Amino acid sequence: MFLETFFQNLLNAMQWGSFYALIALGYTMVYGVLLLINFAHGDIFMVGAYIGFFIATLLLGRYAWFSPGLPPALIFGLTVMITMIITSGVGVAIERVAYRPLRRKGASRLYVVITALMCGLILENGNLAVLGASRRSFPQLFSNAAHNIAGVTFTNIKVLVILTTVLVFVLLEAIVRKTRIGMAMRAISYDRMAVPLMGIPLDTVIVFTFALGSSLAALAGVLFATAYPVLDPYMGALVGWKAFIAAVLGGIGEIRGAIAGGFLLGFVEIFVAAFFPSTLRDLIAFSILLVFLSVKPTGIFGVARATKI
Amino acid sequence: MRNYSSVISYTTLCALGVLAAKLGILNAYVQLVVMYAGINIILSASLNIVNGYMGEFSVGHAGFMAVGAYVASILNVMLFTDSSIFGPPLLPPSSAIFLFPVTLIAGGAAAALAGLLVAVPSFKTRGDYLAIITLAVNYIVKSSIENIQPIGGARGFMGMRNVIDSMEKVLNLPWTMIWVFISVGATVWIIHQLVNSTYGKGIVALRDDEIAAEIMSINTQRMKIVAFMLSSGLAGIAGGLFAHVLGYINPGSFTIMKSTEALVMVYMGGMGSLSGSVISAIIFTLALEAFRPLQVIKWVAVPFLLIFLMIFRTEGIMGHRELTDIFPNLRRWFAPREGRA
Amino acid sequence: MALLEIKDLTHFFGGLRAVYNLNLTLQGGELMGLIGPNGAGKTTVFNMVSGFYRPSEGQIRFLDRDIGGLRPHQVTALGIARTFQSIRLWNSLSVFENICVSQHHQLGYGFLQSVLRTPKFVRSERRVKKRAEEIMDLLGLRQFALEFPKNLPYGLQRRVEIGRALSLRPRLLLLDEPAAGMNPGEVGRLIETIRWIRDEFKLTIWLIEHHMRVVMNVCENMLVLDFGETIAEGRPDEIRQDPRVIKAYLGEEEPVHARGI
Repeated sequence: MFLETFFQNLLNAMQWGSFYALIALGYTMVYGVLLLINFAHGDIFMVGAYIGFFIATLLLGRYAWFSPGLPPALIFGLTVMITMIITSGVGVAIERVAYRPLRRKGASRLYVVITALMCGLILENGNLAVLGASRRSFPQLFSNAAHNIAGVTFTNIKVLVILTTVLVFVLLEAIVRKTRIGMAMRAISYDRMAVPLMGIPLDTVIVFTFALGSSLAALAGVLFATAYPVLDPYMGALVGWKAFIAAVLGGIGEIRGAIAGGFLLGFVEIFVAAFFPSTLRDLIAFSILLVFLSVKPTGIFGVARATKI
Repeated sequence: MRNYSSVISYTTLCALGVLAAKLGILNAYVQLVVMYAGINIILSASLNIVNGYMGEFSVGHAGFMAVGAYVASILNVMLFTDSSIFGPPLLPPSSAIFLFPVTLIAGGAAAALAGLLVAVPSFKTRGDYLAIITLAVNYIVKSSIENIQPIGGARGFMGMRNVIDSMEKVLNLPWTMIWVFISVGATVWIIHQLVNSTYGKGIVALRDDEIAAEIMSINTQRMKIVAFMLSSGLAGIAGGLFAHVLGYINPGSFTIMKSTEALVMVYMGGMGSLSGSVISAIIFTLALEAFRPLQVIKWVAVPFLLIFLMIFRTEGIMGHRELTDIFPNLRRWFAPREGRA
Repeated sequence: MALLEIKDLTHFFGGLRAVYNLNLTLQGGELMGLIGPNGAGKTTVFNMVSGFYRPSEGQIRFLDRDIGGLRPHQVTALGIARTFQSIRLWNSLSVFENICVSQHHQLGYGFLQSVLRTPKFVRSERRVKKRAEEIMDLLGLRQFALEFPKNLPYGLQRRVEIGRALSLRPRLLLLDEPAAGMNPGEVGRLIETIRWIRDEFKLTIWLIEHHMRVVMNVCENMLVLDFGETIAEGRPDEIRQDPRVIKAYLGEEEPVHARGI
């Protein structure tokens, strides 16, 4: 009995952690390339969820003037793809408009971080202002049938989320290790100055990184909205901060770290919630985080940068 | 270099303000805005010690504010008022006038102790990692308060209104305003004295080159403790004042949102500029009030303005300079700072 | 009693042996040099003496006291000051402030006194500032007192660094490549300054340097390192002719027949 509960919690933790992992990937990639904590990233996740909502609603024919009559599964696939593309555009736009001018000026990272915080605020409150305070409900696109295997309940969505994250990890590792632009991303994190000298335009790599990170956040957004259909403008705020913590836990700048940190944070939260009252969940999770970071400040996979004296 | 003219002029200005409030020239709303501005000045100046002078990235300032707010409020309500939680007052309510600064400072001291939670990790970690720790501390404080049911948990805590009332019964003056003015003056004075001493400049040396500071035998650990504790202690005092201005506090007022406000004020004013922090706090408070009719759009407009400021004047309003650098004649009023070109 | 005694000093960075079996005795008042090709381990030796690295093996004794493993500010408090290969001045502080703040541990007052401006504070500040002014005068830095280091030419920045180190009242001064980046005129002035500092302040100077002109004209004795090992020790004229030193810097001479003649 205990074993079943344990595995159930494990499954839930992996699903919950998947969201953190997908969002953390965006944080970690941008940090690796720019040494910037993109605090607007959590709100990109929210934007993804909302864009997904509108695309799905559109494709489902809920807007009277457009009714393609497609099967829901196809709609889901299309929603994911189109949302990822549009949201990556949002991320790239923010980089272009807000971060790049500061980079050009050689401003210290801290100023860019403040700008990132402000962009996040604009996204949240812009949403609130434009769309109003009423919550939206993400349409159900496929059946969330539950399958019971060995006493553990698997739902379609849980399986989908976890599998997607694993797939994303594999793909991302392949991109980063095998493609030119992926290698450029890694090179920049070691030595920013050398990369343009090798003939790779810095801006292209940065734009690519933002696009990739934002599309992953959008993916997380759509998946999250599918699993927990209620959307609100501030949904990205707390999840965003936690995903950032997950990225640091895993070692910020490392892709394996984002995945590991995301799952680790997911485990901590779910297992703490299983044993303690829910109000204590965040408190204990953050305390564990604090202790972990005091012991290993660079995170699981992080490498301490040594300073030469 | 003793120079009392600045103290005298500040006191006069405050006295005029209090008089205007008492006489009704300034209505309750204006008084509220003035007090908010004062609290923001303390928040901004105190955060500037860590984020500006010491060059760290602390994003959890509201956590220390919360500690100070709750400790001061609980002490005051327990000691001076009749409350449902604590029962009858332990001390005569009229003594609140004399003891309010004591409880306020007690709140600040508690917050300073909480500052150690961040100071100690800072010995080994810097930069972004320390930012996470400050974030976690902010969140842990808020979460902890939410879980302490006897003081109201997430529902909040009130009763501070009665404390102010008992002070006003003894002497009918706008007491919250007076305490805000005094605290602001004390904060600015303390920080000014510290950063203009050779001892305080060690904090800046720490920021510029920590390794050289170590080699030059600056006790970097001690300086970090001093900076963090002073910063969080002052934030605690701001929190205590905030609690008594509102008369009601709940953990939701002390989230990352509040910390972000403090961050914005520091960067807007210029890191390492005390006058910058003061000016930006005032402007920020006024801007929030001016934009209030816009309601939600306020929180779209203000960030936009800030982004423009960041892009076109990255170093903030004052940059690294102080008012005395731009208006040297002001040196008559303040003790001179050497070594600023 | 020797000022500084180093016995069998060895340091590893992981598997890399950076310094091996260094032995040295410094008497008070000496002008000692430490030379060797790049990567020979010279700065590592300084880092160990000044407390940045704890030596893997060996002993460092200063004034008959074991200092291996002490933290940097403790080593400084005992009387060893150093400068760095790269200039590490505090750029937000003026030259004057740099030389004042370096006396931080000698201030003798703390937070409360700085806020309340007690008489002790006033006395300390006056003492600290007076010493900074003296040092600036002695090093010809007075007219740059209010300048920020990054606005000054390299040679002057080096002088400020030395001034900062001197404000600590050291018995032993470690100079890490003080002539780096200087033009010949500045180098000449540096040579005089170093000799003059040793005489005026009655201290011992140990310097790392690549500039042969400085080394040959300033040092009375030197130690030559190559790949962490001591390959020669002696006076400049001896070292100049030592074949091992020449080989380390220039490589071996090729035998004539190898060129096919």
